[in-house]
Amino acid sequence: MKYKDYYEILGVPRSAGADEIKKAYRKLAQKYHPDITKDPAGEEKFKEVGEAYETLKDPEKRAAYDQLGSYRQGEDFRPPPGWDSQFGETGYSFEDLDLADLFAGLGGRHSAGPRGQIRMPGQDYEVTVRVSLEDAYRGTEVELNLAVPEFDEKGHVRRVSRTFKVRVPKGATDGQRLRLAGKGGKGLNGGRDGDLYLNIALNPHPLFRVTGHDLYLDLPLAPWEAVLGGVVEVPTLGGTVQLKIPPDTRAGQQLRLSKRGLPRPGGGEGDLYAIVQIVVPAAASERERELYKQLAGGSAFNPRGHFAEAKHAA
Amino acid sequence: MPPERDEALWLTEEHRFSLAELAELAGLSEAELRELADYGAIAPVDPGASQWVFTATCLTTVRTASRLRASFELEPHGVALVVSLLERIRDLEAQLAALRAQMPRRVR
Repeated sequence: MKYKDYYEILGVPRSAGADEIKKAYRKLAQKYHPDITKDPAGEEKFKEVGEAYETLKDPEKRAAYDQLGSYRQGEDFRPPPGWDSQFGETGYSFEDLDLADLFAGLGGRHSAGPRGQIRMPGQDYEVTVRVSLEDAYRGTEVELNLAVPEFDEKGHVRRVSRTFKVRVPKGATDGQRLRLAGKGGKGLNGGRDGDLYLNIALNPHPLFRVTGHDLYLDLPLAPWEAVLGGVVEVPTLGGTVQLKIPPDTRAGQQLRLSKRGLPRPGGGEGDLYAIVQIVVPAAASERERELYKQLAGGSAFNPRGHFAEAKHAA
Repeated sequence: MPPERDEALWLTEEHRFSLAELAELAGLSEAELRELADYGAIAPVDPGASQWVFTATCLTTVRTASRLRASFELEPHGVALVVSLLERIRDLEAQLAALRAQMPRRVR
């Protein structure tokens, strides 16, 4: 079994009082709580901190923990002889046991534990799943590897690695939650099975930006395309479509492609907005320059007319 | 009515949960949920109805509330306050993301 230094994790001395332990836990929990922090490593840190506090806040568990002795963080160790019978739990094989599971077992002795007759719902699992925009559009299947607690026939808890294949139906967008009923931990003594919650996170796409179920796409147009109008090909998640550009289209205008966004869970689809950008060649050819000169000479257009208007109005 | 089983469900505005379903799924008591509603952290679809129902998005909120209560040993008003502020942050982040999505990115 690997040793975890719960005092070190909470940053308190071994002689710390209950109040000091609570305060240290609260500060760290505030920093790493997955509902509060954006730090992707926060969840793991929070689990560590929570595990340390679960044991050290309970005087009996803390005493049992202190009796284990002191080792280096991560060092392999075995509890001293007689430790398990002293704390009322025998029959453990300590080899592949996690320290947290050992102390969860100790807790079971005092409360209505897994071996009691009280109905206990299974644990809910919550995972963030990253999917591509294309997969969100079509629906997809994802494979998840989770370390989940399981009880053996003696009621001892052990962490096992389980693989879940989960179908993510159409309708996903960033931040959306999917609940898979009954796919969490097994209920005990007739309690219901827990649920699996997926938090969907969309991977950034090179072309499309997402808000809700709508998509935004930058649509570069050459100056003459913007002035004269025409038909251009535009990529969508469902394939290329033809988009009509009205004459005298301006930069920044949004052209809506109805129902070309992401499918919504309740039916229907979001829209795709093409945002017009007017672009010029990085290096115009001689011929192009000549044509622009002609245009400059023949046009009365003043793109900065409003500067003067603003001056008069002031 | 027990919550439906073995089915993938998007937690959106369209789907509804009864007070009892919400309590069971979040691991809170109905009294605790009523308190969260009293403090404005969640709102039933029709507060005047004899049987409260909630949109499925509330499940995310009350699960957060349940975790925060357990992790920080908060009393109900404290939980409601934190959850409401987290919701506001989420709304603002969504607005920011929407504005960013509408900003043209690259001109070649």
